[in-house]
Amino acid sequence: MDNKASEYWRANIRLVSILLVIWFVVSYGFGIILAEPLNTIRVGGVGLGFWFAQQGSIYTFVVLIFFYASRMSKLDREFGVHED
Amino acid sequence: MDLTYIVVFATFALYIGIAFWARASSTGDFYVAGKGVHPVANGMATAADWMSAASFISMAGLIAFNGYGASVFLMGWTGGYVLLAMLLAPYLRKFGKFTVPEFIGERFYSKTARLVAVICLILASITYVIGQMKGIGVAFSRFLELDYATGLGVGMVIVLFYAVLGGMKGITYTQIAQYCVLILAYTIPAIFISLNLTDNAIPQLGLIGKMADGSGTYMMDRLDQVVSDLGFARYSTQLSGGELNMFVYTLTLMIGTAGLPHVIIRFFTVPRVKDARSSAGWALVFIAILYTTAPAVASMARLNLMNTIQTGPVGDPTANLEYDKRPQWFKNWETTGLLKYQDKNGDGRIQYYNDKNPEMAKKAAQWGWKGNEMVKVDRDIMVLANPEIANLPEWVVAIVVAGGLAAALSTAAGLLLAIASSVSHDIIKGMINPDISEKGELMASRLSMTGAVLLAGYLGLHPPDFAAGTVAIAFGLAAASIFPVLMMGIFNKRMNRQGAVWGMIAGIGVTMLYVFQHKGIMFIPGTSYLGDMGPNWFLGITPNAFGAVGALVNFVVAIIVSRMTSEPPEHIQHLVEDIRVPKGAGAATGH
Repeated sequence: MDNKASEYWRANIRLVSILLVIWFVVSYGFGIILAEPLNTIRVGGVGLGFWFAQQGSIYTFVVLIFFYASRMSKLDREFGVHED
Repeated sequence: MDLTYIVVFATFALYIGIAFWARASSTGDFYVAGKGVHPVANGMATAADWMSAASFISMAGLIAFNGYGASVFLMGWTGGYVLLAMLLAPYLRKFGKFTVPEFIGERFYSKTARLVAVICLILASITYVIGQMKGIGVAFSRFLELDYATGLGVGMVIVLFYAVLGGMKGITYTQIAQYCVLILAYTIPAIFISLNLTDNAIPQLGLIGKMADGSGTYMMDRLDQVVSDLGFARYSTQLSGGELNMFVYTLTLMIGTAGLPHVIIRFFTVPRVKDARSSAGWALVFIAILYTTAPAVASMARLNLMNTIQTGPVGDPTANLEYDKRPQWFKNWETTGLLKYQDKNGDGRIQYYNDKNPEMAKKAAQWGWKGNEMVKVDRDIMVLANPEIANLPEWVVAIVVAGGLAAALSTAAGLLLAIASSVSHDIIKGMINPDISEKGELMASRLSMTGAVLLAGYLGLHPPDFAAGTVAIAFGLAAASIFPVLMMGIFNKRMNRQGAVWGMIAGIGVTMLYVFQHKGIMFIPGTSYLGDMGPNWFLGITPNAFGAVGALVNFVVAIIVSRMTSEPPEHIQHLVEDIRVPKGAGAATGH
C-alpha cells in the first residue's frame, strides 16, 4: 500500500474508533452498566439510565452514522479516492 | 371486522400490483435490483425489510412485560447499524458482488469457506423465518378468527406467492409501500393512546410525561406502582437475567444485525460506496421512528391491560373484572388460544397477579385468590390487541393488522431471497453447475424459496420462543459466524483461508450447541440433550444472548489458526487494499 493510501486508512480507523467509543458509552455505558446510578437523575418521569436504554442511545446512533458518512465523504475527496 | 378485511385486502392488492409492475426479468434485477436504488429509498426498503414481525408485533409486547430488561432489543436492533455503516457496508459495496458467501469465498480464496458461509447463513435465515412465521400465524389467526396453526398455514401460502413472484426489484419497491403502511399502523394508535393516557400526544414524550387524569403523577411512576401492587417486578428497573446477560444480549443483537445476509445485501443495491454509508443512516432513521415509539406503546399497553382487569384497589373483591363482562377483544383473543383464563377460585372474576412472588401469594391467599387466573397471555398479542384494549376506533384496529402483516411479509420475503440466492447462486451456480442459464438459476431460486417456507412453517408450529426471542436466536447464529469473518476479511490483511473456515465452524458450533442444548435440536421439543445441565449454565447467559460469546470464540480461533498457517497470497492482499478505498467501484457483478 502506498503512503497516501495507508494514511487514508489510518484516518478512517481513527474516525471509526472515536465514533465507536461514543457508540459504546451511550448504550453499554449509560444504558446498562451505569444505568442504576444514572437513574437517580430524572428526565421527566423516567430515570436517565432508563431513558438512554430506551430512547437516547437510538437517537445517538442516528447522529453517529450521518456524522461518519459526511466525514468520510470529506476524507475521500481530501485523499482523492472518491468516486466520480 | 369488515373494515379490517377491506384494509388488509387493499394493502395486499397494492403490494401485489407493485410486485407485478416491477417484477424481475434478470438475475441482476432479482438479486440486487439492478443496483439503481436511491439511498433514501433504499433506506426505507431496508427499514421495512429489517422491521419484521419481531419488531412490529412482538417487541413492544416483550417490553410491556419485561420493562427495562427488554431494552436489549431496542439498543441491540438499532446499534448494529452503526457497526454495519462503519465496518462493513461501504467495503462490501466496493467489492461489488451479489451475495455474502461470494465475498467470503473470494476473500478467503476458498470454496470451502464459501460453503461454510452458505450453511451458516441458511441456518440463521431459517431460524429467522421461523420467528416471522410465528408472527404471521398470530396476525392471521386473529384477523381470520382461526386457531394459530390454521392461521400459520394461510400465512405460508401468501408469503410464498408473494416472494416467489418478485425478486429483489419487486421486493424493494413493495417494501417502500410496506414501510409506509407499517409505520402509520404503528404510530397512529400510539398517538391516540398517548393522548388518552398522558399529557402529550407524541408517544416519545408521553413516555416521560404525566398522566392525563390530572393527578400530576408521571405515567411511569403510575405503571411501576400498579405492577408492584400486583407482585410483578417494577417496570422501569427490572433486569432480564442480570446485567451481564443484558450486556451480552445487546452485543449479540448488534453484531448479529451486522452479520445478517438479508440486511447486508441491501447495501449492494445502491449505486456508490458513498451511498452505502448514508443509506445505513437513512435506514436507521426510518427504523428509529418505530423503535423510539415502541417503549411508549409497551408501557401504555401494559398500564391499560392492568387497569382493564384490576379496575380498583388491589384486594377489594369488586375491583377485579367480572369474566362475563370481559370486553370483546378478550373474547377475540381467546378464540386464537393465545389468551387463556381459568377461574381458579370460582368467583367469576379475573385475578391477574404474580403468584410466583411469595409475599404477593400470601396476601392473595387472604383475599381468597387461588393463583393467577390469566393462565396464558402470549406476549405477541399485545401490539395487535393494544388499540382494542384502549377502545380505539375500528379503522385503527384495521390498519394495525395490515401493518403487522406488512412487517412480517416484507421481512419474510427479504429472508427468503437471501436463502434463495445462497442456494441458487452460491451452491448451484458457484459450485455445482457454473454454466447454468439465468433462467435455470431463477428457477432454482424459486424452488429453494418454496422449500424454505415449508420448512420454516413446519418448525413455526412449535416455535422455540416468542417471535422476537426466536429472531434473537437467528441473530446469535449470524453474530457467531458471519460478522467476525467479514470484519476480519476487511480489517485483518493477514487473515487466511484456514482461519476463516475454522473460526466460522467454531463460532456457530459453540452457539448451536448451547442453544440446542436448551431448546432442542432445530427447536424440535424433546430433543435437547445433556438434560442434567442447569438452565443458562454459562455465566448465567441465556441461549438467546449467546451469539456474542460464539463471536468471540470465532475471532480467537480464527486469529490463532491464521497465525499458525501461511499468509494469504499476494493478490488477496491487493484485493483487501482495493476494497478499502471507494474509488473505482463499478456495478456489482455475479462473477
